[in-house]
Amino acid sequence: MQSPSSQPSARREFFDGVRDQAPLLLGVVPFGLIFGALALQAGVSRLGAQGLSLFIFAGSAQFVSLNLIAANAPVAVMVFTVFVVNLRHVLYSASLSRHVRHLSAGWKALLAYLLTDEAFAVAQRRYLRPDLTLAHWYTLGTGLTLWVSWQVSTLVGILFGASIPAGWSLDFALPMTFLAMLLPALVDRPTWVAALSAAGLALALRPLPYNLGMVTAAMAAVGIAVLLERDR
Amino acid sequence: MSTTSFWLAVVGGMLVTFATRVSFFALPHLDRLPPLFLRGLRFVPAAVLGALLATLLATPIAELGWGTAWPRLAAAAVAGLAGLRTRNTWITIGLGMVTLWGLQAVLR
Repeated sequence: MQSPSSQPSARREFFDGVRDQAPLLLGVVPFGLIFGALALQAGVSRLGAQGLSLFIFAGSAQFVSLNLIAANAPVAVMVFTVFVVNLRHVLYSASLSRHVRHLSAGWKALLAYLLTDEAFAVAQRRYLRPDLTLAHWYTLGTGLTLWVSWQVSTLVGILFGASIPAGWSLDFALPMTFLAMLLPALVDRPTWVAALSAAGLALALRPLPYNLGMVTAAMAAVGIAVLLERDR
Repeated sequence: MSTTSFWLAVVGGMLVTFATRVSFFALPHLDRLPPLFLRGLRFVPAAVLGALLATLLATPIAELGWGTAWPRLAAAAVAGLAGLRTRNTWITIGLGMVTLWGLQAVLR
């Protein structure tokens, strides 16, 4: 007979997920703090800044939104840009779909809402190990850990951000944030080509209004990288 | 941007973001999508972030001119090189900010 402690339990899966997600918070919390502070500088209300974190819950898309809000872009442009920036989630969704097939619609919706870059990175490793009956509790643990940290760090950024003097050039934290998110994505030659051609095209298409040049450049660069990878 | 437009954009952003995340959970048969599309998804983060970074670094040059904007480019270069070596979020952002502050203090 198995001892109770070695049996998989929902609670244990959940806290294993929390524990394994924790180290990645070091990369998430600074972005949350900076986001809260920059949102106020872009003219977003405190409630609006927290609302972006609560409803969209996707760091890079939220930062891009700030740029568009400051540029007074139309709603449709903002929604389309958020969609393109978040398209990568389709890949995560595809990768985890067979593991959530047996779950209720409520569980699927909850795990989908919590599906971020960092949570996916941790959760997908759990599915390589055996005993998957309760693994969705593990995934919930990773996602909730990240969610709580993102909401709290946004709130702290909102409360603290207003007291940062203009002389600190806090606006420069935005390109530095994108740089820090970009570097880990450069894992091989096609990803470098995607980033560099997107940068070059974005500069050429800068005259287009509302950062549409940025979205166009990104989509064209994805095409270039796909073709390059296929020809190799 | 008006309050109404802002919250419309937030709700729209929420819907499209959730759609990308729930896509294959709700419709597992999406794997019949063209393989080129699925392979392209891998490059979305690098492409989007590369385009964003270039746009954000070019904006001060266009608005303030090279004379005022060059410390930002120099700071970005330092942060980029340090970030490539360390792959550390804190070092990348921190060193970029510190380099900019240092240059601004020296040039004042």
